Amino acid sequence: MFLINCPFCGEREQSEFKAGGEAHIERPKQPTELSDDEWAEFLFMRKNIKGVQFERWNHAHGCRKWFNIARDTSNDQIKAVYKMGEKPPVK
Amino acid sequence: MSNKYSFFSLLKNAFTYHENWQRAWRDPEPKKEYDTVIIGGGGHGLATAFYLAKKHNMRNIAVVEKGWIGGGNTGRNTTIIRSNYLWDASAGLYDHALKIWEGLSQELNYNVMFSQRGVMNLAHNLQDVRDLKRRTHANRLNGIDAVYLNTEQVKKFCPIINTSQDIRYPVLGGTLQRRAGTARHDAVAWGYARGADEMGVDIIQNCEVKGIKRNGDAVEGIETTKGFIKAKKIGVVAAGHSSVIANMAGLKLPLESKPLQALVSEPVKPIIDTVVMSNAVHAYVSQSDKGELVIGAGTDDYISYSQKGSHDIVEGTLNAILELYPIFSRMRMLRQWGGIVDICPDASPIISKTSVKGLYFNCGWGTGGFKATPGSGDLFAHTIANDEPHKLNAAFNLNRFISGDLVDEHGAAAVAH
Amino acid sequence: MSKNLRFKSSKLVDETYRISFKFNNKTYYGYKGDTLASALLANDVHLVGRSFKYHRPRGIMTAGSEEPNAIIQLHDNTSRTEPNVRATEIEIYEGLVASSQNCWPSVDFDIGGINNILSPLLPAGFYYKTFMWPKSFWEKYEYFIRKSAGLGKSPKEADPDIYEHRYIHCDVLIIGAGISGIMAAKMAAKNGLKTLLVDEKSFLGGSTIYDNSEFLKINNQITSSWLEKEINEISKLKNLEIKTRTSVAAFHGYNFLLARENLTDHLPISQRKNKVRHRLLKIRAKKVISATGAIERPLIFDNNDRPGILLSSAVKKYIDLYGVACGENNILFTNNDTAYETAMSMVQRGIKVNAIIDNREEIVSKLSYEVEKNNIKIFKGYTVVDTYGYKRINGLSIMQLSKDGQKVIGKKIKLSCDSLGVSGGWTPAVHLFTQSGGKLKFRENDQVFIPNKYPSDQLSIGSCNGDFSLEEITTNTILSVKKFLNINDIDYNTFEIITGINKSKRNIWLLPSDKILGKTKSFVDYQNDATAKDIKLALREGFRSIEHVKRYTTTGMGTDQGKLGNMHALGIISETAGTKMGEHGTTTFRPPYTPLTFGTIVGRNVGEFFDIIRRTPIHDWHVTNNAKFENVGQWKRAWYYPKANENMHQAVQRESKAARECAGILDASTLGKIDIQGTDASEFLNRVYTNAWSKLAIGKCRYGLMLNEDGMVYDDGVTSRLDENHYIMTTTTGGAANVLGKLEDYLQTEWPELDVYLSSVTDHYATISVCGPHSKKIVSKVIPDLDFSDEKFPHMSFKNAKIDQIKCRVMRISFTGEQSYEINIQSNYGKSVWEKCIEAGKDFNITPYGTETMHLLRAEKGFIIVGQDTDATMTPIDLQMDWIVSKKKYDFIGKRSLYRSDTIKDDRKQLVGLLTENPEEVLEEGAQIVADIKKSPIEMLGHVTSSYYSPNLNKSIALGVVKGGKKMLGQKLIIPMENKNINVTVADPVFLDKEGERLNANL
Repeated sequence: MFLINCPFCGEREQSEFKAGGEAHIERPKQPTELSDDEWAEFLFMRKNIKGVQFERWNHAHGCRKWFNIARDTSNDQIKAVYKMGEKPPVK
Repeated sequence: MSNKYSFFSLLKNAFTYHENWQRAWRDPEPKKEYDTVIIGGGGHGLATAFYLAKKHNMRNIAVVEKGWIGGGNTGRNTTIIRSNYLWDASAGLYDHALKIWEGLSQELNYNVMFSQRGVMNLAHNLQDVRDLKRRTHANRLNGIDAVYLNTEQVKKFCPIINTSQDIRYPVLGGTLQRRAGTARHDAVAWGYARGADEMGVDIIQNCEVKGIKRNGDAVEGIETTKGFIKAKKIGVVAAGHSSVIANMAGLKLPLESKPLQALVSEPVKPIIDTVVMSNAVHAYVSQSDKGELVIGAGTDDYISYSQKGSHDIVEGTLNAILELYPIFSRMRMLRQWGGIVDICPDASPIISKTSVKGLYFNCGWGTGGFKATPGSGDLFAHTIANDEPHKLNAAFNLNRFISGDLVDEHGAAAVAH
Repeated sequence: MSKNLRFKSSKLVDETYRISFKFNNKTYYGYKGDTLASALLANDVHLVGRSFKYHRPRGIMTAGSEEPNAIIQLHDNTSRTEPNVRATEIEIYEGLVASSQNCWPSVDFDIGGINNILSPLLPAGFYYKTFMWPKSFWEKYEYFIRKSAGLGKSPKEADPDIYEHRYIHCDVLIIGAGISGIMAAKMAAKNGLKTLLVDEKSFLGGSTIYDNSEFLKINNQITSSWLEKEINEISKLKNLEIKTRTSVAAFHGYNFLLARENLTDHLPISQRKNKVRHRLLKIRAKKVISATGAIERPLIFDNNDRPGILLSSAVKKYIDLYGVACGENNILFTNNDTAYETAMSMVQRGIKVNAIIDNREEIVSKLSYEVEKNNIKIFKGYTVVDTYGYKRINGLSIMQLSKDGQKVIGKKIKLSCDSLGVSGGWTPAVHLFTQSGGKLKFRENDQVFIPNKYPSDQLSIGSCNGDFSLEEITTNTILSVKKFLNINDIDYNTFEIITGINKSKRNIWLLPSDKILGKTKSFVDYQNDATAKDIKLALREGFRSIEHVKRYTTTGMGTDQGKLGNMHALGIISETAGTKMGEHGTTTFRPPYTPLTFGTIVGRNVGEFFDIIRRTPIHDWHVTNNAKFENVGQWKRAWYYPKANENMHQAVQRESKAARECAGILDASTLGKIDIQGTDASEFLNRVYTNAWSKLAIGKCRYGLMLNEDGMVYDDGVTSRLDENHYIMTTTTGGAANVLGKLEDYLQTEWPELDVYLSSVTDHYATISVCGPHSKKIVSKVIPDLDFSDEKFPHMSFKNAKIDQIKCRVMRISFTGEQSYEINIQSNYGKSVWEKCIEAGKDFNITPYGTETMHLLRAEKGFIIVGQDTDATMTPIDLQMDWIVSKKKYDFIGKRSLYRSDTIKDDRKQLVGLLTENPEEVLEEGAQIVADIKKSPIEMLGHVTSSYYSPNLNKSIALGVVKGGKKMLGQKLIIPMENKNINVTVADPVFLDKEGERLNANL
């Protein structure tokens, strides 16, 4: 169980958080303009990276804020934590 | 077969102190080129190679495995085999596999210890009851031997379950598939490996795929730690690492790879003679032939390739085990481990062609791929050999994520497959 | 007792406190401080159990948690019975009852012993090669295999003991209280760090604490005396917490560790009542220091498993700690100096040592000279080639080793003995280190794996780090701990070590024999009966990786997890395959370090604490009024209220009729409630619901349907506009938490520009729904000041009001199709308002109804229940709810998915009503629906989602989903049951009052 440094509350147990999958997949602004293919890309297709992944987490049993982290999925080491709307840190 | 296994061969070899047994499979260096390369030497991959050779008369095949065969999810799962799935497509797929299981030891001349001790699924709330009845009716009409049991029948079939109606989530009923059961996981990989090897398939261990070479829309071969291997067709059966391979080919898949944990107790004399699964309180348990209680935990909700999950998941599972089996409180956990499961949004697998010519994927089995091993290998072999799916795996294509024609098995699969 | 095996003044045993215990139905005596193993040995009992596969007699082999053989069943046939307990770990207490396992009828005479004779037929993996014919017989073979497998017996009763968890956060955790652990603890705690020191034993000091040898001294003091002073000193340090009988089970990432503190297992059972048995410590340490020591290696030779064969360090421990000799006629067999320490302990106590057999040709330590001075014969350059004695070793034969150690030469010499101590050197206990993700490196000169790369802020010290000599241990511990903790101020400035031990070792993984390998039984894994020839067979058959060999031979898979033999397995593999150690893997040590009781892991989360129970504010009233309850998520909801002699069906029929004919009252407090505020609240609702919200007037309510982004129905409920920028949303009971989570997700991540605030208020309000033709009269009585006229207070609107000065909100919304009012009031007034309604409704036959009746009433109206009539494959169009899907709105969650090539198909499964041919016949929910029963395979068109006997329509009604059902109105279909086929007709899902007249109907 890792420790996550919530940008709003500080370091807490992972069990307080909920994972939200790959980050920076923006919901299309004009879904109706998209083909079925393009919509499926948004809905289902994921990089599912082994290595440093940018991903969303929610402090579900705390401040309930969503934020992003950069985590190496091969060993679960967290490299960076950053708020929603911020640019991902350069690797 | 030069190396046939039987009681008599065992007896014969006893006289020479078992020093004349042949290798179960060779350890070849990769050739420059193969007609088909299977990436991933787990049960599904080895079965694919086996059926490509056996049923499609292909011989120039290699299975490349980055570690040792059967060392991934094949060797880490809780070995539950059943086919009582809800939708027609799934029932067809899993029952196809179950039928092969029933003769697999003989087909492979390798005892995979398929043991039809039955699998029981429990209902703990009224919606569980509706869902299980729905599934049972569907199973019956699909020719699958599932029956619905009331609480007393559940108790009778597995007397150690706590069926008191005073517990937090009492058992309200369940379903039973008697043809279902368990098998010896390692033996499945080893048996297929031995069978495939005998037909000339090269099983190349410690050979990690580093890249997929494409020539326009078609595959050309794979870059590996043992050099470049040319291949006309590539079948990827890499389970948790499917996306990693897909990314090498410039594809994205609808998968997330998550930790799934399991554990065994110390071995004890027979105490539970069937497999019992409960999705609602999340506990499933069986007892291995060795005597260990084999207990499956759930997945974590985050992507990870670390083969480690969080302790909370294990604790939650054992909470549920003790809720249903208070007699196990003084049993001890001997070993716990994790695997990486690749999960599709609809909890159903993908056995499909891709947009790249000659590149095929067999993945997305989530928490329950072991049971499908023989069927999955057979159908994937068919798909690769014919460049089109068999009717039994037609529904499990990649296009369903675009059209929306999903095979949603969350109810039947849940977290506990 | 004929032999005198017990000596006075040992370290741990209190000879004034005698304890009686039973083993295999015979009463024995031991002393306080004894383990079961030491007490049995003192009574000259070596035969303790039978091995897993060959049922060979086995005895006590070690003095610790690495024990593979001496595992017993504790308190058989009682609620406290426990299988596979290590005799070497359990401390004896008055009344202890233990018995041998895996033997029948007794450990002395075990029928299963026949397996030993059959062993030529049972090589590694034999079961993969046979039992395949005839095909149908596997189950029969398997029955016997299962019966003979397993070790102890599972308990049959619930556990009378209690367990608990404790969270500990510390600066430094030190695992192991041997000399290096004690030193590290002192350094850490004295420098102000919050320190926790744990050890699995009941005492501190590890193996140094019983070292009374003249050959090991610190600052000119015997090491044990020096260490005792240190222990005395640290026990007074304030910021150091010390826990004995505490075994670290798991070392997870981010320095999260689990340890089991054993609190009562050493107490007489009469003293355990109401005490916590085990406490699971969940430790989060800033820094971890592993000082877990080393485990002595056995030697691998023919018949190396007989009772009476122990590790040499165990022989020494039994003497020094417990004052017990393992035999009267002892031989030691070694490849290093360790056995000489044992020999000196024996000499000190006057225990006879017949001989030492040493693999080494040259032995140069002071210690060995001392041993020789005591007239103990040392066979240099020799090895044991065989042992004798079935249930107890009574002799052995030795031969000289060739120069390369691969062969034996010369004459065979027979020696007699009743105990053999073996030492193959030491293996650092790196289990926890590797569990944490640490990588090992192999040290060639003494053939050990030692920590190489730390994955977290941790350090290994002492012999678990490969430091075996006292000098190395103390010097390196001081240096590395200082650096690791970044401290300067330490007490250990002068350190003088005297040692008489030499580090030389002649490591031969598999000792040669004069027999061919196939005729030997050289055990590598004692518990599972895996031998050297099994490993070689596996290699011959192509299993190369250690994981393959382990699985094929079951080496290292026993309850000891291969703590003794794994290294030898690796060694034999590398020697046989001609590869480097570690090239075929090092085997992963998986948690837990020693087996961990399920009850310990679960702690208090059993029984009523398994999962929290959510109760409504009116719960007690339901209980008092004989309600039966249904679990809905974590909620307890009143299901129905049977009167005397009523069954569920009768109660539900009565409740349903009353609700339509008079008045019904339902506790709807469990529905999720989300308070939504902000200037963009309307826009937000537009985006999350399928229908439009901007034009909803203040004071009005509207039903909304929420989809997943994949277009499938996710949740539904009524949302009311309290003010221009203020709404209250209701959700389903089960969906409340998820809906809130989803809304927050979209708000924070996709639409941060929206000015909207969400707050869950589910628990803040009690919700009381009064429905039926008398409902208006009843609520008017409860709230006399409010104008309930249809003009002022129409359907789908709400009013703020007061009941006895307490503010409440009354919503006129209906899930039954009847005129219906929902009173929402601060939770703590819920029960009294409920009682007021009951009182006010007395004259109108107001009838409390539960969820079952609610389901029936809504089904009569064709209202769906999300999760029952829908699964994750139903769109609103499929539900024939096109009317709620706004065509005008540019976008809402899930909209795009409704236009995918599959979701636009018009023959998808669609919600319909179903009427049975026989109106008395009630369909089974979940039953499948077909059109053509003769077709093979039968094509299933859909299934029955809801089904009831309607007392208001006097017939059976059902809802179901049917492929292309929208166009099948009036068509006949079949429900094929196991024993019959039921004919049904597709109907409109609204069975009652399609016009909605009852919404305003009064009596």
